[in-house]
Parts: sequence; structure tokens; C-alpha cells
Amino acid sequence: MTERTLTPVLTRRWAAPRSWTIDTYTRLDGYTALRTALAADPDQLIQLIKDSGLRGRGGAGFPTGMKWGFIPQAKPGEQPTGPAAKPTYLVINADEGEPGTCKDVPLMMADPHSLVEGCIITAYAIRAHRCFIYVRGEVVHCLRRVHNAVKEAYAAGYLGSNILGSGFDLDIVVHAGAGAYEAGEETALLNSLEGLRAEPRLKPPFPATSGLYAAPTVVNNVETICTVPYIVNGGSDWFRTMGTEKSPGPKIYSISGHVQRPGQYEAPLGTTLRELLELAGGMKGELKFWTPGGSSTPLLTTKHMDVPLDFEGAAEAGSMLGTTAVMVFNTTVSVPWAVMKWTEFYEHESCGKCTPCREGTYWLTQILQRMVRKEGTPSDVETMLDICDNIFGRSFCALGDGAVSPIRSGIKYFRQEFLDLCAQQSGHPRQAALSGSVR
Amino acid sequence: MRSEEPLAGSSINSANNKSANHDEPVDSPAFTARPVAAEEIPDQAAPTTLSTAQDVPVERPLQVDTGVFDELTRQRAQEIIARYPQPRSALLPLLHLVQSVEGYVSQAGISFAAELLELTTAEVSTVATFYTMFKRRPAGEHLVSVCTNTLCAALGGDEIYAGLCKKLGVGHEETAGRPGSSGSITVEHAECLAACDLAPVLQVNYEFYDNQTPESAVALVEALQRGERPAPTRGAPLTDWRHTELQLAGFFGEPQELRDAVDGPSAAPETLAGNRLAEEKGWTAPAMPGNPPPLPAVADKK
Ligand SMILES: Cc1cc2nc3c(=O)[nH]c(=O)nc-3n(C[C@H](O)[C@H](O)[C@H](O)COP(=O)(O)O)c2cc1C
Ligand code: SF4
Ligand code: FES
Repeated sequence: MTERTLTPVLTRRWAAPRSWTIDTYTRLDGYTALRTALAADPDQLIQLIKDSGLRGRGGAGFPTGMKWGFIPQAKPGEQPTGPAAKPTYLVINADEGEPGTCKDVPLMMADPHSLVEGCIITAYAIRAHRCFIYVRGEVVHCLRRVHNAVKEAYAAGYLGSNILGSGFDLDIVVHAGAGAYEAGEETALLNSLEGLRAEPRLKPPFPATSGLYAAPTVVNNVETICTVPYIVNGGSDWFRTMGTEKSPGPKIYSISGHVQRPGQYEAPLGTTLRELLELAGGMKGELKFWTPGGSSTPLLTTKHMDVPLDFEGAAEAGSMLGTTAVMVFNTTVSVPWAVMKWTEFYEHESCGKCTPCREGTYWLTQILQRMVRKEGTPSDVETMLDICDNIFGRSFCALGDGAVSPIRSGIKYFRQEFLDLCAQQSGHPRQAALSGSVR
Repeated sequence: MRSEEPLAGSSINSANNKSANHDEPVDSPAFTARPVAAEEIPDQAAPTTLSTAQDVPVERPLQVDTGVFDELTRQRAQEIIARYPQPRSALLPLLHLVQSVEGYVSQAGISFAAELLELTTAEVSTVATFYTMFKRRPAGEHLVSVCTNTLCAALGGDEIYAGLCKKLGVGHEETAGRPGSSGSITVEHAECLAACDLAPVLQVNYEFYDNQTPESAVALVEALQRGERPAPTRGAPLTDWRHTELQLAGFFGEPQELRDAVDGPSAAPETLAGNRLAEEKGWTAPAMPGNPPPLPAVADKK
């Protein structure tokens, strides 16, 4: 087996002096892909991204070219009707909030122009003239850097009307969120951008035909869009030299927790935890459990160190690739405690629109808190699994499904630890967790 | 998202703000109807009734004075609205603007946003109470947000939060010192702040202070209380929370101020860990072809 190496593509400029400025960006090949793109037919770009096999980096892994291809386009020479007659929007999901996920924030801080260039190319491909970058409110430094990059791009003629003489017009608005994990769900994001509560919308209709202001809309993640200029410059064959057949390309793995050198490691999709740990200087302590891509992706254990971390590999191992947020925990960490903390998160962030998630996360939190206080009973484990069954697949959006991931996988691999905790009842008078509790 | 506190100055009953529908229990006349311009109100003191299209009598709103928002703020509000194809999209930035003036989402701020966007105050309130960054009570000069999500907590975030609460004698979203006065500090526990590789982290006015310890966090708030502004690990030179709120509304000041803020540090060693390792080992991504390869042909358009 050859040694696993890093493949800095998106992270290549990060260490350059003042990497966030247009000068550094253009000096390091920035805005070259834009010229190629603007000289092409938009459909060629959509085809290129389809050929590249690029899949969304926001968690779900949906094929990006296919998403762009869903935007209804008027046939040449015909009067557009229906959705094709409305303006098309591009919305960038920069609301990074999935616990463990910390890739879009450093990417936007270090190289905001790659996002801007990606937006222009994407907008041109889907024929959008307005783009909104929805940045999580709490990361104000990203907001500044992206705002500044957009300003610089306008001044350089890369934004505005008749970009580089191509006849193509694009305006970008940088928009700050206000604190809500659920606003990262794409339809909730659109509601939030329309000035509503960040509650998701029923699908269908999908954003491709009825998105922002009920007009055709593409929503893509920051890392997805930042990848686009490289594919234009390198071509789909080059892109496919990294990663696997179904999960091609490089990916920013964010390694956090009990490792020697936590941080951002860009490697081909399909890299394993064993390899990542080696790159990160090894464990601090002994590995106990980890997530491949954020708290919504089921936990894995020491048995899964050689699982290729691509979309297929993670799924075959019973988890999901998610956002490649690799959180690593050693044997000092209690699984029930960690699961309780995550469940408290989902309970807090549940938007309240649907009953299974709103009520279920509440009761799960009650049970877990009681258990961690050493007031649990062995039947609590089954009760939790039962509640999970009532949330999973029955919730309105994927937050509900994500909320049960830590619990189900935690119990699957560490059931005895939950039972042992319940057996250690401290003898406090037990509060009934499921009766008479007032919200 | 459950709101534990009603909006300050209002009597909206939002004890369980999670309720799926938007018509929350309302018991204040201020939340029952569209605000009415002052000159249309014959007697401001006495709430009267007013017929709606459906001829249902509703109570006339009590007039809320929005005079606290000066000409500059009103200009900024118009600039925000002009950014969007539809005015309502301006609501979140407008509420950030309100906080930059008032230090929280005040009743006047709700009326201000409602008037500008031709919404009811209820429509604005239901949005304001949904998002955690919109504060219902006046906040301190500085807002300290400690990440207590799992990863940070496992590395000490819970102790940092508990230590700060003890040191300041406050709990979640409470303020030590008179809100807004110099050295006043509001504390909150925050969800994952997208900085897990730098755990445990906290933010002051949303600027990052990475790799904290209970001791370093206490030393930081002591400095803030003394009126000092220690530089963040990643972010712009520290100002105060209201100033950050103005930036969240999209106003970054004079070009020089923007430049200084933009140039605040961002590349922590963790950020560059992979980058540095690749450099050390001489690893690169596969080389791109010398010239961009020709783009794929597209099928003739039907
Ligand atoms: C609760 C929830 C939170 C999400 N948060 C984010 C987020 O912060 N950033 C993101 O890009 N996608 C997030 N997503 C995924 C988006 O719904 C969507 O799939 C993604 O933005 C599409 O972009 P992509 O195809 O480029 O990945 C979230 C999904 C859910 C259900
Ligand atoms: S699953 Fe239901 S309650 Fe939970 S966030 Fe989604 S829509 Fe809201
Ligand atoms: S868990 Fe604290 S920043 Fe992610």
C-alpha cells in the first residue's frame, strides 16, 4: 500500500501572505477559470461538472452537475413559460453549523475569492444574475472577508454588469444569518433569506423550480462552489485522478478532538481514519469512538479505522460521510454523556415545526440527562430506541433523522456503558422522566 | 428553538416559542395589528377599535416611539432594503441594525422594522424570537459566547463556561454590570462555533479566542472588565458587541476601518496543519494539464 498523501487543491493558497486579497488570489492563478468559463456555452459547464462527478460538500453528497441541470431553461428561440420565465437565483449555504464541522469557515477566511470566482462561474452556468451568500452570523470574520472579496471583485470588473466584456451580469449580496442551525437546511435557509423563521419547506416542489421567491434556485455549499474553478482549469479527468469512481476529488477533512495535531487536512476522498490519524500525528490517549462527518452521522469505533471515508464507504459502514468532520474521542469520554450533549443540541435547535422532532428531542434529552445524573433505569435504553423509531423517517426534515444518529449508534456499539450507568443509580429520589414534567 | 424569555418590553407570551404555528398567544395590543402612523391616531392614549377588511374589530396598537432611530440609521435601513429583490429579505439585517443601536431587539426596534417592511409587529416578533443572536434583553458592552457543544465540552468547554458564570455571578444570557456600560459582559453558552479543531473556543463579540483554558478565559473577561480589549486569535481588533452588530447588518465603516478589520488574523496553526505537512513532505495534488482541457461538447439543443 502506498503512503497516503495530502492533495492541497482548495487549501493550496491558505498559507500565502494575505491569502484573502485579490492580489494574492490573482497572482496564484485566481480568476483564470472565470475567463475560460465565460467563453464557453453555459451548458458545457454544466456538462463538465456532471462529467467530473463532483458531489455536494454540504453533507448530502448530491451530484452538483445534476442539480444545476434541474434548473429549467427556456429553449432557444421560444418564449419562456412557467418557472423558466422567472429569474434564477444562486444561493450559497455558508451557514456551517453541524457539530464538528469547521471547513467552510477557514476556507472563507483564507480564500474568499475562490468562493466568489466559483459563484460567478456557477451563476453563468445556471443563468443566474443574482447570488446570495448566506453566511452564519456568528462568524463575523468570514462575513468581513467575503464582503471584502466581493467588493474587490466588483472593482476589478469580475462582478456587476458585462463581466469582462462577456455580456454576462451578476450581482452578489452577502447576507448574515442570526443564529439557527436549522437555517443550514436548504429550504429553511431560503425561508430565512426571505425574512421568515428558519423552518423548512415541504419538498416537492424542490428549490430548482420553486426556491427563493418561488423562483428556480440552486443552493450549494461553500466547499462545493469553491471546487468549481479548479475543475474548469484542470478538467474532469484531472479531478477524477483523486478520490474514487463514485466519490471523486479532494476533500477537506477537519480533524478535531483527542489527536496530536487537530486541523484541516485536504486529501482524496476515500482516505481512512487510520491514515488521517497518522497525518494528524496520532491519538492523544486511546481511540474510543469518532464521527466521520459531524454529529448527525452515526458514531463509529475502533473497528472502523480502515473504512474508506467516501460517500459509499461511510454508508456501507452504517454511517454517512456528512461533512467529513472527523471528531475523535478517547477512552476518557463517556458515550452516554457525549450522546446527551449532542441530544441537548438537537433539542435546542429543533425548529418546532413537526411533532416527532420537537417532542422527541425534548424527551430524549430528559432521559439522557437523568441517566447521566445516575438516576436512569435499564428500561430507559429501550424507551430511547422507541422514541428514536418515532422520530427517524417521520420528521419533516433531516434534522430529526440526524438527532437520532448519536443515540442509535451510541447504543449499538456501547449499550453496556448505558446499562452500567443505569445500574449505578445514586439512590437519589428518582424524578419520573416521562410523567408530569412541565415544559 | 425555545425562548425562555419574552421579548423585553413586550408582553408576548412566548414561553414555548417552539409552537409550530405562527399565531402565538398574544395578549398585548401592540402585537395585534399593523402599526398606524401617528397622525392617524386621534387619541394616542386610548386604544380604540379599528375595522379590518373582515370587519373584525381589533385593538389599535399602542403607539411605540421609534425616535431612537436617527436619520443615519434610517438611511442605513433603506440601504439594507435596497439590497434585496423583496423587502422582507431585509428583516434579519434590519434586526442586527436595531441591536447595533439599542443593544437588543427592543420594542421600538420591532416597530421600526415592522413599519419599514410593512409587516405587523407580530410578524417581526415571531422571527426575532426564533434566532439566538437576537437578544431579548439589553446586552453588555461585550458578549462572551462559550462553545459547550460536545467536542469543546469534552476538552474543557463546560468548565470554562461554569468558571465564567461563577466569576461574573451570572447565567446564560445574563449580564454582569449595567448593560451597555463600560466593562459590562453578557455570557452565553453557544452551540458548535465551527472551530472544533481549535477547541475549546469562545468568542467575544463573535471574534474567536481559540484553545482556551478556564484560567485564560477568566483572565480574558477580567481584562474586558478593566476596559481592555485583548486581541482575538482569529478576527478583527476587538470593538464592542453593538459595533459587531452593525457589521452583521452589512456596514463595515470607512475603507481603512474595513481594511484593518479584514486584515485581522485568521490562519491558526491548526488551520494550516495539512498545508504545512504537505509542504514539509513535498506532497502536492496531481498536476493539472498545462492548459485547461477543452470543455465537453453539448448535445445540440432541442
Ligand atoms: C439541519 C440541517 C443543517 C444543515 N446545515 C448545512 C450547513 O450549515 N451548510 C451546508 O452547506 N449544508 C447544510 N445542510 C445541507 C443542506 O440542506 C443542503 O443539502 C446543502 O446546502 C446543499 O449543498 P451541496 O449540494 O453543495 O452540498 C444542512 C441540512 C440539514 C438537514
Ligand atoms: S425535523 Fe421537524 S421540528 Fe425538527 S428541525 Fe426539521 S422540521 Fe423542525
Ligand atoms: S464543538 Fe466547539 S467549536 Fe465545534
